[in-house]
Amino acid sequence: MSLPITAYVVLAVVLFALGALTVLLRRNAIIELMGVELMLNAVNLALVAFSRLHGNLTGQVFAFFIIVVAAAEVVIGLSIIVSIFRTRRSTSVDDENLLQH
Amino acid sequence: MTSTSLALAAPTAHAAALPATGAASLAWLLIAVPACSAALLLLLGRRSDRWGHWLGLAAAVVSAGLGLAILVQVLGLPADERVLQLDLWQWFSVGSLDVTVGLRLDPLSLTFVTLVTFVGALIHLYSVAYMEHDRDRRRFFAYLNLFVAAMLTLVLGSSYIVLFVGWEGVGLASYLLIGFWNTADADAPQREQAKSRENATAAKKAFVMNRVGDLGLLLAMMAMVYQAGSVAFDDVLGMAADGAIPTAWLTATGFFLLLAACGKSAQFPLQAWLGDAMAGPTPVSALIHAATMVTAGVYLMVRSGAIFQGAPAAQLAVAVVGALTLLLGAVIGAAKDDMKKVLAASTMSQIGYMMLGAGLGPAGYAFAIFHLLTHGFFKAQLFLGAGSVMHAMSDQVDIRRFGALRTAMPITWITMGIGWLAILGIPPFSGFWSKDKIIETAFIGEGLAPWLLGGVALIGAGLTAFYMSRLFFMIFHGQARWTTAADIEGEVHPHESGWLMTAPLVILSVFSVALGGLLTIGDAFVTWLEPVTGHAEHGHPVLPVHVIMAATLAVVVIGALIAWAMYVRRPVETVVQPGNVLVEAARHDMYQDAVNEAIAMRPGQGLVLAATATDRYVVDGAVETLAVGTAGLGRLVRLTQSGYLRTYAAYTLVGTLIALVAVLAGRL
Repeated sequence: MSLPITAYVVLAVVLFALGALTVLLRRNAIIELMGVELMLNAVNLALVAFSRLHGNLTGQVFAFFIIVVAAAEVVIGLSIIVSIFRTRRSTSVDDENLLQH
Repeated sequence: MTSTSLALAAPTAHAAALPATGAASLAWLLIAVPACSAALLLLLGRRSDRWGHWLGLAAAVVSAGLGLAILVQVLGLPADERVLQLDLWQWFSVGSLDVTVGLRLDPLSLTFVTLVTFVGALIHLYSVAYMEHDRDRRRFFAYLNLFVAAMLTLVLGSSYIVLFVGWEGVGLASYLLIGFWNTADADAPQREQAKSRENATAAKKAFVMNRVGDLGLLLAMMAMVYQAGSVAFDDVLGMAADGAIPTAWLTATGFFLLLAACGKSAQFPLQAWLGDAMAGPTPVSALIHAATMVTAGVYLMVRSGAIFQGAPAAQLAVAVVGALTLLLGAVIGAAKDDMKKVLAASTMSQIGYMMLGAGLGPAGYAFAIFHLLTHGFFKAQLFLGAGSVMHAMSDQVDIRRFGALRTAMPITWITMGIGWLAILGIPPFSGFWSKDKIIETAFIGEGLAPWLLGGVALIGAGLTAFYMSRLFFMIFHGQARWTTAADIEGEVHPHESGWLMTAPLVILSVFSVALGGLLTIGDAFVTWLEPVTGHAEHGHPVLPVHVIMAATLAVVVIGALIAWAMYVRRPVETVVQPGNVLVEAARHDMYQDAVNEAIAMRPGQGLVLAATATDRYVVDGAVETLAVGTAGLGRLVRLTQSGYLRTYAAYTLVGTLIALVAVLAGRL
């Protein structure tokens, strides 16, 4: 038996909300990056589910691109965090408000 | 009206000009030589200190020589060919208006050229000695040259706009010269610094009051461009004489020109600057009063004769202004104790005679210019004599502290005495021939006007005799009232001036004696001016001519006798005594400064104050409110820029949600 499409979408929404909350509420930059990953994967899940629903591969191709972009983003994000940690001994995003005003 | 009844003959036919040849074709050098000399002296600066005054003198003498050559050439021509035109270059052209720079050599301008260059050269010569101890003598000569060049431009220009260039030029030169002694250093004594400031103020006053007059000339030129489409004398005056310009416009133009003349010639109500202009060195006063600047107004009136003949109201106004000023000037002159200010008031008064003459129509033009010419010589002489007295009396000017100078400085005494007799109008001295004619002409006409104008002219002659005799007697006769070592001014040692100063005095004396009589023989001067002023039949005065002449001589003698009784027979007080209301008013220039301040300066200042307030509170207020509002908005927006990553992420999220909701709401 196959699950109805609604289940996939609800799961994706829950995952996306969890990711968004992680980004908004946690201070640790690494955890926030994980929140971003969670949001991206929620989107991937929705895309793959819709791909299946429509019977073509467009959604899967999109998901594939997102995975690539997410990998690249993590590389850059992590390297930024590492360099900030080197200078400030902290990974808390609330310590980094130098761009204020 | 006086003027219309006078113009029995054809109105001033404006003679067509012939191209200039011979010496006249070099007329531009008259202006160029002193102008170049002035430029050279100013550019070379201190390097020319040792010989600069000689260059200045040479430039004036060259101009005088060339002017004389041109005069001789023109005198050799038949009377109806004595108007020469020398076109130099086209200045600019706007639409149909072509403005050509050209010179006009006719009897009127040549009379002025002769006066300006000849008297000017003598004043230059005199200044070499007078300014000997001044460290800025070279600069002084540069300005004198500039003055002469500007005045020659004024009288030689063939159009109102070239005249205007010279008009502004003499204004500038007089500003520079009146304020010449304004160079006290910051470490100079307080008194010198105050004097410096005072001189600068006098220069500014002359400049500003002249600007009021300039406004009149500019308005007149605008009216000419509007009505005649040209500012050249030939076009404008020709059209005015032909009746091609409506009377209303001629009247307006005439009043504008009168305003211009009032500013330049220190006529009522713009005469207040002339007394203060005495702040400049004495040769400057001689040059301004005798040969150049203040005579420019009379020149303008006579030159524009055709306009005034078409506008009887404006012409009458000229006569009235002249009569008023001659009376005012004479009253002021009778009350002043400052030797130079008496002479300044006297100039005002004498120019008033000339304006009166110019306001009497064609019959008066020639006499106005004739009086201007003779006055130029004897007033220069009087001023240079006054300079010589100042030289002898450690630069003092208070005639109450003079007296009995005739033995100490005999040459100055005799030459000034000749100038005194000349300005009094005692025959056969030159003033008699010119002033008497103006008084006579003032009595011509119908109705009340001749009695009023003639009466004022007659009283003016008596007052002139009084104040000039007062001046002369208080300087040279009576008891010596010289300052001693006990006075603040210090002790004086009167002595005769050197030959460089007495020579011009003697030369001018010769002219003061003979000029008037010689030029009257066979109406020589009047005939000479006819190509410009036109031939005017003389009307008959309301009184017989010999009665007027006798009355004039009588009031002159009475005036002089009163002065003799008051200032020679009786001892003169060395301090100013309180006088009656009229005397006090005259001592304060008839409160002219206060009047000007009340009617012109205060409202002007009020206007400026209002404009400043509007600018500050309305214009600046609006702009500043906008700026403050923008800044406040910016401050509000700035609050959102916390720099916290998570806050920005939340904004993004909220924004996305709002966008999403909006899209969905649109769908449903």
